[in-house]
Amino acid sequence: MSSTNLNKAVSPEAGPDATPQAHDSASSKSSGWAVFTFFMIGFVGSLLAGWILFPELLYSQKNQPIDFNHAVHLDAVTDGCDSCHYFREDGSFSGMPDLAACEDCHQEAMTDNPEEVKFVEEYVTPGIEVPWLNHSKQPDCVFFSHAAHVQGADMSCASCHGDIGTSEHTRVYEENRITGYSRDIWGQSISRLGKPGPGDPRPMKMNDCAECHEDETGHKGACFQCHK
Amino acid sequence: MKINRRNFLSYGTALVLGGAAGSMLTPAPWKLMDDLAIWTQNWPWTPVPEDGPVSYKPSVCTLCPGGCGINVRLTGGRPVKIEGLRDYPVNNGSLCPMGFAGLQYLYNPARVISPLKREGKRGEGKWTPVSWDEAIAAVTQKLADLRAAGRPESVACITGSDHGAMDAFVSRFMTAYGSPNYIRSATAMDAMEQAIDLTQGQQGTPVFDIENADFILSFGAGLLEGWGSAGRMLNLFGNQKSAKKLIQIEPRLSDTAARATQWIAIHPGAEGALALGLAHVIIKESLYNKYFVDNFAFGFSDWVDETGRAREGFATWVKAYGPEKVSGLTGITPEKIMSLARDFAHAGKPIAISGRGNDDLPGSMDETLAIHFLNALVGNINKTGGVSALPETDYAKWPEINIDETASKGLQQARIDGAGGDEFPNTRFLINRLPGILLAAGESPIQALLVTDANPLYALADAENTKKAFDRIPFIVSFASFMDETAAFADYILPNHTHLERLQVVPATAGVARQIIGLAKPVVKPVYDTRHIGDTFINMAGALGGFVAQAFPWKNYEAFLTESMGNQWEELNQKGRIEIDHSLPDPMAFAFNTTSAKFEFYPTARSTKRQAGDSALPTFTPVPIEGDPNRFKLTLIPYDAMRLAGGDIANVPFLTKILDDTVLKKQTGFVEINPATAKKLGFKEGDSAKLATPKGEAMVRVHLFEGIMPDVIAMPRGLGHTAYSDYLSGKGTNVNALMGSVEDPTSGLDMAWGIRASLTRA
Repeated sequence: MSSTNLNKAVSPEAGPDATPQAHDSASSKSSGWAVFTFFMIGFVGSLLAGWILFPELLYSQKNQPIDFNHAVHLDAVTDGCDSCHYFREDGSFSGMPDLAACEDCHQEAMTDNPEEVKFVEEYVTPGIEVPWLNHSKQPDCVFFSHAAHVQGADMSCASCHGDIGTSEHTRVYEENRITGYSRDIWGQSISRLGKPGPGDPRPMKMNDCAECHEDETGHKGACFQCHK
Repeated sequence: MKINRRNFLSYGTALVLGGAAGSMLTPAPWKLMDDLAIWTQNWPWTPVPEDGPVSYKPSVCTLCPGGCGINVRLTGGRPVKIEGLRDYPVNNGSLCPMGFAGLQYLYNPARVISPLKREGKRGEGKWTPVSWDEAIAAVTQKLADLRAAGRPESVACITGSDHGAMDAFVSRFMTAYGSPNYIRSATAMDAMEQAIDLTQGQQGTPVFDIENADFILSFGAGLLEGWGSAGRMLNLFGNQKSAKKLIQIEPRLSDTAARATQWIAIHPGAEGALALGLAHVIIKESLYNKYFVDNFAFGFSDWVDETGRAREGFATWVKAYGPEKVSGLTGITPEKIMSLARDFAHAGKPIAISGRGNDDLPGSMDETLAIHFLNALVGNINKTGGVSALPETDYAKWPEINIDETASKGLQQARIDGAGGDEFPNTRFLINRLPGILLAAGESPIQALLVTDANPLYALADAENTKKAFDRIPFIVSFASFMDETAAFADYILPNHTHLERLQVVPATAGVARQIIGLAKPVVKPVYDTRHIGDTFINMAGALGGFVAQAFPWKNYEAFLTESMGNQWEELNQKGRIEIDHSLPDPMAFAFNTTSAKFEFYPTARSTKRQAGDSALPTFTPVPIEGDPNRFKLTLIPYDAMRLAGGDIANVPFLTKILDDTVLKKQTGFVEINPATAKKLGFKEGDSAKLATPKGEAMVRVHLFEGIMPDVIAMPRGLGHTAYSDYLSGKGTNVNALMGSVEDPTSGLDMAWGIRASLTRA
């Protein structure tokens, strides 16, 4: 407290009110360390928020309406993936099978499996299409030809969609709250660094298309190839 | 380290800067930017096309009576495109713009989406949605009351066409109910049908075998403006390389005239004079078909009637129409008239076609007969490549109809429009006479009006007067799919499905040389709470009970078709069409069903009491179009265009969008005016003007056009709607509303081709 006394001494005219003010002025000066500390709090805080909290907030978690077992179906059918996800006569790809396709076998429940019973009761009997959540759905501005990749370039389904065909349960569908699309499009890694593990679906942003095209064809491709 | 007011800012800034710097090293801002960009593409109002398997459903277009085959492309069950159906015998893949734009009828905001009951004043636009049961009960109650009062004839029905099973269905309802007042909208075929009936004694749809003809002389027929089956006409004349010779005679350079081998501009309304002038030259120069005229025609040479009176034959009669005189009437040089007559007579298979525009206007009987006589002079009647009549094939087998005493009494009453009566014995329908009759009568002779596939409040001349007349009808029921002018004026609307939602048997229209019966199949489930008009009539008949219900024993319209068409149904349902060859009478016999059993140049069946003199031969007297020539110095003629639906059906946005900005600009329509006339009146291109006729006024703009005769101005049909949706109403001027109707003295049909008008600076 010596500085206070000193102040008092050099300014005898100063009233008693001046004392607390004078007392604060030294410690209230923003010290460089303190500023740095606050900067770092903000810096680290936003790093944590951006890397950990943000992905948590960005995606909502949804379950598929029916816990579909791909493995069982793949065993039961003769034509592999093509049995349900087939090319139409005009070359367009059927995508997710509609109810009519499911009904070919599931007019009535074939097993006691509660998921199958639920499927028949809630969708087949009343004739309602199942609102499947599509992990690979792209915006309308993207034109993608399955025929060019699967039939033309002889790629397997798994090379993009991962080992979905052998899964026994559906995965949680992480929906982007802003865009409504699946997290799979951006990729599980929020930083988009690293490669997906073997058997994981591949990210499907434009850069992913371009990257693969560059590797495989030597060229990223032109805008109009996908944006018609 | 204490935080207080003074250092708060520094620390706060440090915190924010730290946060900002840190966040730049996280994925958040970059990812958010990307997500926001994608978010903007997925706003709920951004249209996203349906995904799913692509399929095609063939059907027949019923937007106009043309009966073109269509192929509807569907994606995942949603119709996304309409194309012309290849190999369909009427149009073989070609289609008019309206047919292509047909999807916009299905999803049109002007659609009536449930039965409606009027609230408030007529035409005020206040409606209460009601259930189908309630609507049908209300309408049948009114019909039952009128029958109970012994006045079934006071119920009238106005319909857009009288071909096809559906029209026969409605007509049958009227018969069972007991009213003779089934009235068809006017078409040019009214006059042509009558001309063929009078001269050949054949009732049926006129056939112009243009495919097999080599010289087409069209007196203003809008062959490329929507005439007949537009798809067929596009096949015949749409290709510039088409070898078929087409001479177009009309005062305006229409699309048909532009495409023709030769366009001959004629004073409006003088077409009949030209036809008589051509006949004069053909007869004078002995170019006519002597074999046909000598053996199979009556009234060509002078003759003596049963009272011993000497009568002039057609050959003598046309001596009054020498090229010099006709040149004065038509504005065409005598040399041109003579060379045209020679070309026509020397051609292998020449056909003369009457009727202006896309055949919404009947025209004068004299003119129609004079033009048809050209076909007879060259003997091109009932021949391949000629003109004949297609008898309506009764492909549906109807169970016998029983009527009660009330109906029988009602049916014996004279028709309200006077058609088929003492005055106009040869005419079947006279819708143009209705407004006058309604306004003249003390109590409206029509107590209840049913309107199907027709929009008389838009299409009839002099809209204001017509509206006043229809307001005298106590009860109007519309079966329209859209809120058209007549529906907007109705008391009840029982909305029909649109053309893509309903099952219909469609015979090909006038002109086609074969009987082609197509099947319009629903390509999509009804989008709204509408009902097939056939089912509505079955419901109404059922509610009326008695013999009326007995006449409609079917569960629904589809059941009626399958039962009444018997074996043919299967073929029709499978192939989408049935073709019946049109067997022409033996060309060496030329049997005609007239009194003389010959082609009658002197049509004995023609009512002549109001004819000049007492001859039934066609004469040329200018049609007295309305307006004092001193006050109205110009002549206004309406024209048709393929991009404008001008009749009972209206434009959709696609069609209105492709109109030139010299037809419609913003909300204002244009009149076409010759630059010389414009200069005289002081108008420049695009100037605003006030257009006045004896029937009304409108604000327009002027479009200077070399293709219109001086002192004649032209306006398209199809604009100036007051109903429908914002996409159409209030755009341009309804030219019909400015027209006046002139009754033909012998047929009663409207023969006005224009009206006198004035244009003044606005």
